[in-house]
Amino acid sequence: MAETATADAPAKATSGGNILQVRNLEAWYGESHILHGINFDVNAGEVVTLLGRNGAGKTTTLKSIMGIIGKRAGSIKFNDQEIIRATSDKIARMGIAFCPEERGIFSSLDVRENLLLPPVVRPGGLPLDQIFDLFPNLKERLTSQGTKLSGGEQQMLAIARILRTGASFLMLDEPTEGLAPVIIQQIGHTISRLKKEGFTILLVEQNFRFASTVADRYYVVEHGKIIDGFSNAELAANMDKLHTYLGV
Amino acid sequence: MQALYAQLLVGLINGSFYALLSLGLAVIFGMLNIINFAHGALYMMGAFVAYFLLNLGGINYWWALLLAPIIVGIFGMILERTMLQWLTGLDHLYGLLLTFGIALIVQGVFQNYFGSSGLPYAIPDQLKGGMNLGFMFLPVYRGWVVIFSLVVCLATWFLIEKTRLGAYLRAATENPTLVRAFGINVPRMITLTYGLGVGLAALAGVLSAPINQVRPLMGADLIIVVFAVVVIGGMGSIMGSIITGFALGVIEGLTKYFYPEASNTVVFVLMVLVLLVKPTGLTGRAA
Repeated sequence: MAETATADAPAKATSGGNILQVRNLEAWYGESHILHGINFDVNAGEVVTLLGRNGAGKTTTLKSIMGIIGKRAGSIKFNDQEIIRATSDKIARMGIAFCPEERGIFSSLDVRENLLLPPVVRPGGLPLDQIFDLFPNLKERLTSQGTKLSGGEQQMLAIARILRTGASFLMLDEPTEGLAPVIIQQIGHTISRLKKEGFTILLVEQNFRFASTVADRYYVVEHGKIIDGFSNAELAANMDKLHTYLGV
Repeated sequence: MQALYAQLLVGLINGSFYALLSLGLAVIFGMLNIINFAHGALYMMGAFVAYFLLNLGGINYWWALLLAPIIVGIFGMILERTMLQWLTGLDHLYGLLLTFGIALIVQGVFQNYFGSSGLPYAIPDQLKGGMNLGFMFLPVYRGWVVIFSLVVCLATWFLIEKTRLGAYLRAATENPTLVRAFGINVPRMITLTYGLGVGLAALAGVLSAPINQVRPLMGADLIIVVFAVVVIGGMGSIMGSIITGFALGVIEGLTKYFYPEASNTVVFVLMVLVLLVKPTGLTGRAA
């Protein structure tokens, strides 16, 4: 199988140095063993996408990096610092921000409170006017209850609120799930723009077509392992394999 | 008519204590998911701390209003750090049993040293006497209790509903994992929240000391009614606890005037009715 490619899959740095280094990452939900040794790297300034079927372990990988999964083993290095044992609040303070699949908009907070909730962890976050420039809808709905927004607006709010904090490494879990094509396009533009601003982004996507518009590199996750990886340039050559992996 | 107004005033005073206590219970339940049965014992401790401060340290009522909630609040935070925090994620029943046990121990210790009869606590000089309002005679201290409680309740509501700190609290009540993943030290926030709820109970204890005397079982008698208030109001709502607290005090007072035999049960009858019609309470959100 392609599992021989596991070790350092495509270690070709497209830009900058190694910002995230995941080695032999294992994780458990209670008794069930979900991740069985995940290995991959993300370089500064890249957009890297984790692809894979439902239940392959993509979300669990993001949650393990964020420190949300209780039981995890192996090594996760962020800017050369080991974070496998750190609590999620400490990890956030180091500059990693997470946008969960379910978006996590708080219903007891209005849009403004939701937007301002995550504390600024370091300088260099986007100022509010730039955020409203990216997401003009939010500015008009600041006093609405967070969960009264449409699905697309909630997704924008979920992304917007982690841009202010100064975190430079963003993890977005299926940002396009359940959204209309025009909104997906807007989120694609946003991700491209964030990349230009210097953010590093780790993306989990089922929507492969969307991922191909923004990603620099891909890793394929299956049964809690990385089974393959390639760059955007190698995408065409790997199309057949990918269809087999994803079963599409 | 005089008697009606007098009962209304008694109702408002009881309502003040219900509001302060149920407010603390609601905040604690929201954040810790614990039904804090120790609340009555902590209210009693507030009154005793005021008593000790005065009789052992010569520290007056006004300082006690500030110090007793802080001292008892710290005691509460120690309880949370050493015991309650280990119950995270377990069934409500465990928290209920643990806090009930704590209440029994605390009350037992105080009863052992002070018996069951009340210790006197004098009304501070500045609040002695009364005012003739024309339609009734108002003891100044009682008027003070109602107004001060109302101010504290509204300040707490403002803190939770309108400030940034309150936004953290509300968000952490909904999804503590995500709030922590934003970089907020949620366990510390939980400890402080418990301290806040306990501090409100202790404050109510200080306020009640000059009215009801200082007794080891003063909280045990009150807390049963307060739980009924919380059930009626609904656990999740801050303003709901405040309004229900005052309203039920007044309803109790009115019942004392119109049908005194029912005055001790009216709150429980209302609780049954509310549970039948709207099990989440009048202002509660579904869990």
